[in-house]
Amino acid sequence: MLRHSIAFSFFVAIALLFFGLDRVAADNIATLRGPAPLIEQEEAPRMMPFNNNDIREVRNYPEQPPVIPHKTDGYIVDLNSNKCLSCHARSRTGESQAPMVSITHFMDRDGQFRASVSPRRYFCSQCHVSQREVKPLVENSFIDVDTLLLERAKQQ
Amino acid sequence: MTGKTEISRRDAIKIKAATLAAAAAGISGPASAANLVTESKETELKWSKAACRFCGTGCSVMVATKDERVVATHGDILSEVNKGLNCVKGYFLSKILYGEDRLTQPLLRKTNGVYDKEGEFTPVSWDEAFDTMAEKFKKALNEKGPTSVGMFGSGQWTVWEGYAASKLMKAGFRSNNIDPNARHCMASAVGGFMRTFGIDEPMGCYDDLEAADAFVLWGSNMAEMHPILWTRLTDRRLSAPHVKVAVLSTYEHRCFDLADIKMVFTPQTDLAILNYIANYIIQNDKVNKDFVSKHVNFRRGNDDIGYGLRPEHPREKDAKNRLKAGGSTEMSFEEFANFVKDYTLESVHELSGVPKNRLEALAELYADPNRKVTSFWTMGFNQHTRGVWCNNLIYNIHLLVGKISEAGNSPFSLTGQPSACGTAREVGTFSHRLPADMLVAKKEHRDIAEKIWKLPEGTIPPKPGYHAVLQNRMLKDGKLNAYWIQVNNNLQAAPNMNEETYPGYRNPDNFIVVSDAYPTVTAQAADLILPTAMWVEKEGAYGNAERRTQMWHELVPAPGEAKSDLWQLVEFSKRFKVEEVWSEDLIAKKPEYRGKTLYDVLYRNGQVDAFPTSDIAEGYANHEADDFGFYLQKGLFEEYAAFGRGHAHDLAPFDVYHEVRGLRWPVVDGKETKWRFREGSDPYVKAGSGLEFYGHKDGKARIFALPYEPAAEAPDDEYAFWLCTGRVLEHWHSGSMTQRVPELYKSFPDAVCFIHPEDAKAQGLRRGDEVRVISRRGEIQTRVETRGRNKPPQGLIFVPWFDASQLINKVTLDATDPISKQTDFKKCAVKLAKV
Repeated sequence: MLRHSIAFSFFVAIALLFFGLDRVAADNIATLRGPAPLIEQEEAPRMMPFNNNDIREVRNYPEQPPVIPHKTDGYIVDLNSNKCLSCHARSRTGESQAPMVSITHFMDRDGQFRASVSPRRYFCSQCHVSQREVKPLVENSFIDVDTLLLERAKQQ
Repeated sequence: MTGKTEISRRDAIKIKAATLAAAAAGISGPASAANLVTESKETELKWSKAACRFCGTGCSVMVATKDERVVATHGDILSEVNKGLNCVKGYFLSKILYGEDRLTQPLLRKTNGVYDKEGEFTPVSWDEAFDTMAEKFKKALNEKGPTSVGMFGSGQWTVWEGYAASKLMKAGFRSNNIDPNARHCMASAVGGFMRTFGIDEPMGCYDDLEAADAFVLWGSNMAEMHPILWTRLTDRRLSAPHVKVAVLSTYEHRCFDLADIKMVFTPQTDLAILNYIANYIIQNDKVNKDFVSKHVNFRRGNDDIGYGLRPEHPREKDAKNRLKAGGSTEMSFEEFANFVKDYTLESVHELSGVPKNRLEALAELYADPNRKVTSFWTMGFNQHTRGVWCNNLIYNIHLLVGKISEAGNSPFSLTGQPSACGTAREVGTFSHRLPADMLVAKKEHRDIAEKIWKLPEGTIPPKPGYHAVLQNRMLKDGKLNAYWIQVNNNLQAAPNMNEETYPGYRNPDNFIVVSDAYPTVTAQAADLILPTAMWVEKEGAYGNAERRTQMWHELVPAPGEAKSDLWQLVEFSKRFKVEEVWSEDLIAKKPEYRGKTLYDVLYRNGQVDAFPTSDIAEGYANHEADDFGFYLQKGLFEEYAAFGRGHAHDLAPFDVYHEVRGLRWPVVDGKETKWRFREGSDPYVKAGSGLEFYGHKDGKARIFALPYEPAAEAPDDEYAFWLCTGRVLEHWHSGSMTQRVPELYKSFPDAVCFIHPEDAKAQGLRRGDEVRVISRRGEIQTRVETRGRNKPPQGLIFVPWFDASQLINKVTLDATDPISKQTDFKKCAVKLAKV
């Protein structure tokens, strides 16, 4: 294994000498990892803090659950209490100025509205997640429908 | 944070946001006053149903397309499974197709314009890709025969992709060396079903979730891994306060937030806890004697069966029943009672570390005749060197008290992948199986397959092929030389990457082909990469954990030259003449096949090509039909369905599935089956019998006496920690799709090492420190996490495997269940070192 590893490093070194970086990149194609060969590893990325600026992010489409623009570490949601609802429950939003949980969350499995948030929606983190201050490893070229319509209008 | 400061902080934010919005508006100018498009022609979206791409829950989603792009997805309100909900991954399905690094053309390793194992990835045409690949497969077949070619597929293959692949390998190349990644995930569940019931897959269905009075989770973190089933369980628990939830795991996770009975046990001692419950039921006279006498037999399973390591490993040499792991002998109820009587409250408490009152409370849930109990399990049981035993032992408990095959009483094996059931299990893409639970080793089963496939007798080889872990060992040993991987990322997923997988892929004797949508680490270790259409870029069918088969249409075209796995399989088959792959003896039995290609024999056989392209639903494209000239998916499905119809695996006609939100098989006379083995629900049960376990010839299920045996590798003085690996909610498997969705990436960007704060302190580690996780086989560097969703006990760490830059399977051990050949990814010994 070690021999293999040395051979591989040697190959990379030679490749670097003769072909330059671009050609070596033609081997190192796995975009979700850094430049280290598969059998090696670089420094593990530092744990970055969660975005906590409370600025709402634009949704990709109306059906998307909004991401959480603040940190939620330490929030307890269990059999006894739900920390998220202490701001986002309908009755608490006046005080908190937080967005009220969506009206869809009052619907049960049969689509009937209930007096309070449906227990099927109880664990908020199943759909809503905080965002760490990191840059994506790979860009995503999803186009939202408004942009698509705008592009179409421009073309016409 | 008090309410007061909250308001003032939010006020400040509102001002900040308003300023930003004004600035943005200023840029676009006042001309954009008409800021809402209202013309219905423009705003109309085309909504179509599809099965979610991710886990085994099998949610139905609605997919909106516009201008040949997916623009939105949401949970399907008409689906019984999820009733309008998705988890966070499901809600971001729209973006999984659009990672910027989609593969759009075949890439072959070349030096100076010719193929070279050490060369660089160079774009080539499909023709050149297939030419090179065919040459390598033919070379292997010629020089070493069919056992030198192989394929590693997936529980994420669509039904017809798995079926076409199985046919190509087992009948075309006459090699049983095809296995799905479901081997890593479901094989022990299959083994458990076959042994106890003689027929695969759960007898219950998700309706159990609304009917049970108690839920017991055995090594299943449903809150993260089956989130929508967890919403149904949560709904039930919180709506009906008498309901109890018991959670067993080797570390605390999110399911503990809802648990009434929380149990963290020492790894591997689940075997003892299961036997303790059986003993409790017997000692407290809670056996349902009528049920047991009518429906159950007792057997003593072979013990000391080894750990599925390489045969030369010392642990294997010592194992007395290594080669007879699945064997068993008859025994009586009294003998069984005597067998479990050593599993006392005292001894099991000592062994497992679970408090006595919780063990008793757990046992009482099962013993109480007035409580309906549903047990759920997934990888905690299945990824276990005694995984089949765990499955057998949980059935023991349900069978002793007769709590089975009725609403709410349900031992329920959850499946990991979206079509582990539909494709891997039902189609039989395992190295030992054929469709509808049949086995390659049985002559009468091969006969049936050969007849349906119109092939000469003796086409399918009788010897089971290499299973997942064995494939990697055989690649390394140079015995498996031409190898095709589809819809999975096995370099990242398979155990012991440093010692087995990587040397196998890079062995100069081997040619490795990877079909994928994205450049994964497996693709990087390959020699040829085939760009692949994914999810709704092709017509598909998946089968979920409750036997529900679901279909979707092709909704958008794939980018560039990417083609579906199905297209690749069928197109590749055109390059092989029957004479090149079959012996003269075999051809002599069907001389009319001489001169034909595998494409002619396997896919233009008058069945697979029986349906015209005009059968395709209006408004939907089908790239495979365009290229091959017939409705390939329908033909494959209908031929495949012939295996199960009339044999308790009945599927509805193809077209029905495009109309409904899935149906649970067996589907007889248009009616699906909710609870198998129960008269009135399952049409295969003999009238008047009430209940019949018809999988076994005697109509009875088996209770197995199986002991606690230790893990393959346990912590010692040097390697002092248990390592458990697994998934996280936000990422699917190896992250190749979800890590390319920025919102999911940002929610959990990198793997971490979850560790008890005291253990961290003792190692001189603080939260966020870089740490090396080291086993006897390899190591990774990661970061210390002492808080968060997973709270391991002292002596155990948890590291997820989704991260391509922190490949935790360099560290894991390739010990498998000797019966199911499934790897134990939950237990090995590691040490930690601060970087």
